[in-house]
Amino acid sequence: MMKRIIVFALLVGSVSMVIAQSPEEKGLEIAKAANKADEGFGSLEVNLKMILKNKNGQVSEREITNKILEQIEDGDKSLVAFNTPRDVKGTATLTFTHKVGSDDQWLYLPSIKRVKRISSSNKSGPFMGSEFAFEDLSSDEVEKYVYKFVEEKEGLLIVEQDPVDPKSGYARRLVSYNKNKGYRVEKIEFYDRKNELLKTLVHKDYKQYKNKHWRSGTMVMTNHQSGKETTLLFSDYNFGVELADEDFTENALKRIGG
Amino acid sequence: MKKYVSIFAVFLCVVSYGQEKKVNDDFELELEAEYRYFPNEAAFEGQKDHFPSLAISPEYSLSWNKGYDVLNFKGFFRLDVDDERTHWDIRELYYQKSKKNWEISLGLKKVYWGVTESNHLVDIINQTDAVESFDGEKKLGQPMAQFSLSTKNIGTFDFFYLPFHRKRTFPGTKARLRFPIVIDQDDLNYESSAEEWHQDFAIRWKHYIGSVDIGLSHFYGTGREPLFILNYDFNIEAFYPIINQTGLDIQVTNNAFLWKLESIYRTSDAQDFFALVGGVEYTFSNIKSSGLDVGFLLEYLYDDRDELALTGLQNDVFFGSRIAFNDVQSTEILIGGIADLEKSSKIFSLEASRRLGESWKLEVEGRFFSNIDNREFILSNFQEDSFFRLSVLKYF
Repeated sequence: MMKRIIVFALLVGSVSMVIAQSPEEKGLEIAKAANKADEGFGSLEVNLKMILKNKNGQVSEREITNKILEQIEDGDKSLVAFNTPRDVKGTATLTFTHKVGSDDQWLYLPSIKRVKRISSSNKSGPFMGSEFAFEDLSSDEVEKYVYKFVEEKEGLLIVEQDPVDPKSGYARRLVSYNKNKGYRVEKIEFYDRKNELLKTLVHKDYKQYKNKHWRSGTMVMTNHQSGKETTLLFSDYNFGVELADEDFTENALKRIGG
Repeated sequence: MKKYVSIFAVFLCVVSYGQEKKVNDDFELELEAEYRYFPNEAAFEGQKDHFPSLAISPEYSLSWNKGYDVLNFKGFFRLDVDDERTHWDIRELYYQKSKKNWEISLGLKKVYWGVTESNHLVDIINQTDAVESFDGEKKLGQPMAQFSLSTKNIGTFDFFYLPFHRKRTFPGTKARLRFPIVIDQDDLNYESSAEEWHQDFAIRWKHYIGSVDIGLSHFYGTGREPLFILNYDFNIEAFYPIINQTGLDIQVTNNAFLWKLESIYRTSDAQDFFALVGGVEYTFSNIKSSGLDVGFLLEYLYDDRDELALTGLQNDVFFGSRIAFNDVQSTEILIGGIADLEKSSKIFSLEASRRLGESWKLEVEGRFFSNIDNREFILSNFQEDSFFRLSVLKYF
């Protein structure tokens, strides 16, 4: 009951704030609302297929497993492991995202069984030759951007986001949130450091899990400058795995890689 | 053998009893065709120049109980011109159970410790497969019982019981990269009367605090490196000593800088020594948004043993560059060199790899011995052994 009163008070508070709100405040508010809407997923496991297509239409595929553990105080923990291409099978990374400061990241090389702490400062580089940069795949924490609300168009709230980290490859992103569907992201446009449109990411085939969490089954990243495209296909979303901190250790990293 | 198989089967039934029934298994095979060429005329009688070779390595894994119980197998066989390099090994054959914050492994396994690139001092659990590669990164499967405990605030503790020692294989008559006298692995004896059955133990603590990763380890038992000493008749005697070795490895990850240090102190009846390798790696990443990463490596190597250091790295500097194209084919190049600070000796190296299609890989390696000083106990024998290697790998 107490909780409801507080929620109500907060709602009233935010409604009255809207009147005097600047675009910056509204942008931040939307990002927080989107973050809040997805809070409480706990942990999940999902399989990904990454399809890389160059401008001549040649295709290359990677199969990846991803495990995520939600953290409230700090950024999420994540394990990513490759199943194909065969020569990198078992190569895996363990990442502890931080809301402020650089992430902690370890790489496992299965051929020599070596775990290597790696620098997380390479945010803008391509992930496994794809059109996704490392920063596009890391968990979206509210603290990582400065926000500015742009406009509302057909139920979509468009917010400009400027990365706080100077090592980001982007000057800004334009993110379209779907207000009526739990603030899920429908589209992101990435502008490079010269402020020219670099890439567009479109989220498709959304499904709702646990009556709350929206996850897209297909993401398509198109690079407008190179003509290349990467598609991510998600399958076997499992929100019921009940992972714990123990499943995100160096030992767990070695186990997932074999 | 049959008895062991049935004991193992019973054991598997016991451990899987009452667990979730879903079992996953996975089989894969790696085939390698390799060609090594030594352009210089051989220094010793019987040595060849051309070494075509084939290798096969099958892998099988079985996992159940949501992956918290696994059985891993990895075999290896190589056919080579050198009779000693024609060899097989069980790289891995172990059962592993993990639960919450602990993990136990029983069987033949490979374990890696350490942070540096040019030398792997701290890494001691597995014997080096010395005929397989020049950099010593290929290892033989080590029989062990390992218990690992991860704690929330004070790091991970690993305990090893190592019941059996495996000897190093030395190159045969036709091989390059050997001494004038062909050493048979059976020529080397053990200090312990228990020989290969001396019971060895090791412990390691690994933790990270912010940007610092630290490992502290101790090993007691039969050393993996044979000890070469000059006896009273001025003959070189070689054997596997009982050693105590304490190792420390630290890495500080500070943005694009990786600061690394590995150090060991080894004691035995015949010899005590200290060795370290320390340095830095810096990477310029995604240069001009091309995806290209260029890293620079600089490491200093020191070893108390001087001439008798098996590695020949007693007071040397390693410099290198790692270039990753981050393209669809994962093209990578590592070039480097090791220079002796007191003598003229230098070794240059090149390693490159690239995926071909979805399931093929091409590897190129070159090692070049330059101005090797005659006083180098080990390296002076390899003066004429600069080589190129080309490998094509196919994965099934």
